[in-house]
Amino acid sequence: MELQSLIYLFVGASFALYIGIAIWSKAGSTSEFYVAGGGVHPVANGMATAADWMSAASFISLAGIVSLLGRDSGAYLMGWTGGYVLLAMLLAPYLRKFGKFTVPDFVGDRYYSDVARTVAVVCVIFVSFTYVAGQMRGVGIVFSRFLQVDINTGVVIGMGIVFVYAVLGGMKGITYTQVAQYCVLIVAYTIPAIFLSLQVTGDFLPQLGFGGTIEFAFDNGVREIPAGTYVLHALDQSFKDLGFSIVYTEGRAGVWDTFLLTVALMCGTAGLPHVIVRFFTVPTVRDARVSAGWALLFIAILYTVCPAVGAFARLNLIKNTQNIEYAAWTQQCSADQAAALAAAHDNPAVDAARADCAGQWFQTWENSGLLAWMDKNGDGKIQIANGAAFKGKPSFDGDNRGASGERLLKNEPVPAPAGQAIENEVYFDRDIIVLANPEIASLPNWVIALVAAGGLAAALSTAAGLLLVISSSISHDLLGRVIYKDAETDKSKLTDAQELMAARVAAAVAIGVAGYLGINPPAFVAQVVAFAFGLAAASFFPVIINGIFDKRMNKEGAIAGMAVGLAFTFIYIVLNVFVDKSGTYKMFSIEATGVGTIGMVLHFVIAYVVSRATAAPPQDIQDMVENIRIPRGSAPSTHAH
Amino acid sequence: MEEQKAQAYWQENIRTIMQLLVVWFIVSYGCGVLFVDLLDTIAFGGFKLGFWFAQQGSIYVFLILIFVYAKRMNAIDEKYDVHE
Repeated sequence: MELQSLIYLFVGASFALYIGIAIWSKAGSTSEFYVAGGGVHPVANGMATAADWMSAASFISLAGIVSLLGRDSGAYLMGWTGGYVLLAMLLAPYLRKFGKFTVPDFVGDRYYSDVARTVAVVCVIFVSFTYVAGQMRGVGIVFSRFLQVDINTGVVIGMGIVFVYAVLGGMKGITYTQVAQYCVLIVAYTIPAIFLSLQVTGDFLPQLGFGGTIEFAFDNGVREIPAGTYVLHALDQSFKDLGFSIVYTEGRAGVWDTFLLTVALMCGTAGLPHVIVRFFTVPTVRDARVSAGWALLFIAILYTVCPAVGAFARLNLIKNTQNIEYAAWTQQCSADQAAALAAAHDNPAVDAARADCAGQWFQTWENSGLLAWMDKNGDGKIQIANGAAFKGKPSFDGDNRGASGERLLKNEPVPAPAGQAIENEVYFDRDIIVLANPEIASLPNWVIALVAAGGLAAALSTAAGLLLVISSSISHDLLGRVIYKDAETDKSKLTDAQELMAARVAAAVAIGVAGYLGINPPAFVAQVVAFAFGLAAASFFPVIINGIFDKRMNKEGAIAGMAVGLAFTFIYIVLNVFVDKSGTYKMFSIEATGVGTIGMVLHFVIAYVVSRATAAPPQDIQDMVENIRIPRGSAPSTHAH
Repeated sequence: MEEQKAQAYWQENIRTIMQLLVVWFIVSYGCGVLFVDLLDTIAFGGFKLGFWFAQQGSIYVFLILIFVYAKRMNAIDEKYDVHE
C-alpha cells in the first residue's frame, strides 16, 4: 500500500480505538472522574503512568537530544527515570494511604491552610499548562508532516479527540485510553529501533546492538570505517575525522552542571502533579509501591532503546548522506526504480539508502523547514561535518530551487572552522531524528506509518493527563475546597453532580487554552519545560516530603518554604531566559536548567528553620501523619467522597 | 505499646529506604556523573563503562531497586502486622 494511505489507516484505527475506549469507560461520579474510582490494577496503572509520562518530547525529541549531546544526555536519561525511585519510596505509598484526589488536596489538608492549598493550585495549573503547550506542538508537527494537513488543523483534530475522552471519561477514560496509547507508542518506538539495530549491527535488541559492531563498511568522508568496528568507536572516529573536538562518548558539560540538572529532573519528575495523581488510582498502598515499579519498567523499555536509536541515527546520517549526489538521490523515482526500492525495503540484506531516488524524504523534510541543505562548495553533493552550515534557522528563498533542486536559503553561510577539511552544509532539527529515522534508514512504509501513530499517542496521552490535573485542581480544589466551602462543616457546598459538571467544563476550557497554545506556541517552549521541572522540584517535591517525613513541619514552614523555593527558581529562570536573551546570565555559575535543585535546597532549609521557630502543628494533623505512614486501613478512594 | 510498634515499623521503613537510596545515589550520581570519566577508562564490550552507566546501567538498577523495595516493604508490613 502507498505510504500516505498506510498513515491514514494506522492513525485512523488508533483514534477509533481511543474513542471506543472512552465511550466504554465513561465516568459517572467525581471519584471516577478524578481517580478512576481507585480501582485500577497496578500493572494497568503502570502502563497508564508510562503513557502519561512519555510525552511528545520523550517520543520525538529525546533521541534527538541524545544524538546531539552524546554522553551528556545521560542527565536526561537518568533524571527522567531515577525520579521514579524517589516516587516509589518517598511519595506514592503515603499519598495513596492519604487517599484523596489531588496534590493540592494533600498540601491543603496536611498544612491545614487554604493559602497553601491555593498556592498549590496555582503551581499545578502553571506547571501543567507549560507542559501542555509542548504536547500540542508535538501533535502539530506529526500532523503537518505525516497527514499533510496544516499544523493548525492538526492541533484542532487533536483537541477534538482529547475532548471526547478526557471530558467524557475523566480519569477512568484517560487511564484505559492511556493503556492503549502506551501499547501503540511503545510498538511504534521499538519496531523501528529493532529494524535499525538489525540493519546496523545484526543484533535484535537495540540495547545490545548499541554496544555491538557494525555489519557494513562505510565512508565517513575522510576515511573508510571497516565492518566489524564497534558502533560507538565508529561514531567517535567519525566525529574526530569530521572536526568535532568532543567525540560522541565524551562529555562537554561540567560535572557540577550535570549533577544539578540530574537532581532537578529527578526531583521534578517525582514532584509533577500529573504523575503523582496516578498513584491515587490504585486500590492499596501495596499496589502503589509496585505500580511505580511497573511504570518504570514500561518507561525503561523506551528509555534504554532511546540512546541506541540516537547513536544509530547519528551513524546512519553520516553513512547515508555524506558526499551523496543530491540531484540523483532526491529525484522522482521511475516505475522501475520505485519497484526496486520497494523490494529493497522488504529485504533487510539490501541497503538501498544511497540508491538513486531513495532520498526523497530529504526533500519532504526540507518542505517542513526542519531540514535544509546549502551547497556551499557547489559540488552538488551533501557534506556533513562539525559546525553550523549557516546562521540561524532556515529561511527559505520562497520556492526557488538551486542547481541540484534543493530549496534555496537566504541565510548567511558560516565558514568551516580553521583547519577543518570538510565544511558542514546541512541544518538538522533534532526533533526529526525519530520521525525521519525510518526514512533515513530506508525502512518499510508501514514502519513509517506506525511512527506517526506512535507520536500522536505519546502527545495525546500526556496532554489528556495534564488536562485532567488542571480541571480537577480547578473544580475540586479551587471551587469545591476554597470558593464553595461551607465554613461550618468544612465540606464543599457543591453536590457531586455539580462538581462533576464543573470538572467537565474546566476540562473543556483547559483544552481550548491548550489548543490556543498549540496554534500560537510561545517562542520559548524548550526553556519552559525546564521551568516546569524546576518549579516542581522547588515546590511540590519538598513540601510533600516534609509533610510525610517531618511530623513537626507546620503551616508556617511549608508556606515559607514554598514561597522562597518558588520565588527563587522563578526569578532565576526569568532573569536567565527572558531578560538576558544571550542565555549567559549565571549567578554562582548555575545553568537555568539545574536551578530547581538550588530552589529545592532553599525550600528545605527555610521550611525547617521557620517550622522550628513557630508552634507545632495541631494534634489531629500529627495523628494524620502517623496514620499515612501505616498502610493498613487505606480505604478505596471510592468511599472517600 | 501500640505506639512503640508504630515507631519501630517507621524506623525499619526509613532504614530500608536509606539503604536503597544509597545504591541509587552511587549508581546514578556516582557512576553516571561524578566518576564517569574515571569509569570511562574501562572498556565494556563496545561501551566505555561510565558512558554505559549514564545511558543504560543506572536505569536497570533503578528498576531493580523499586521491585526490591516493594518486596521488602511487603515483608516488613506483615512483620509488624500493619498490612492491608
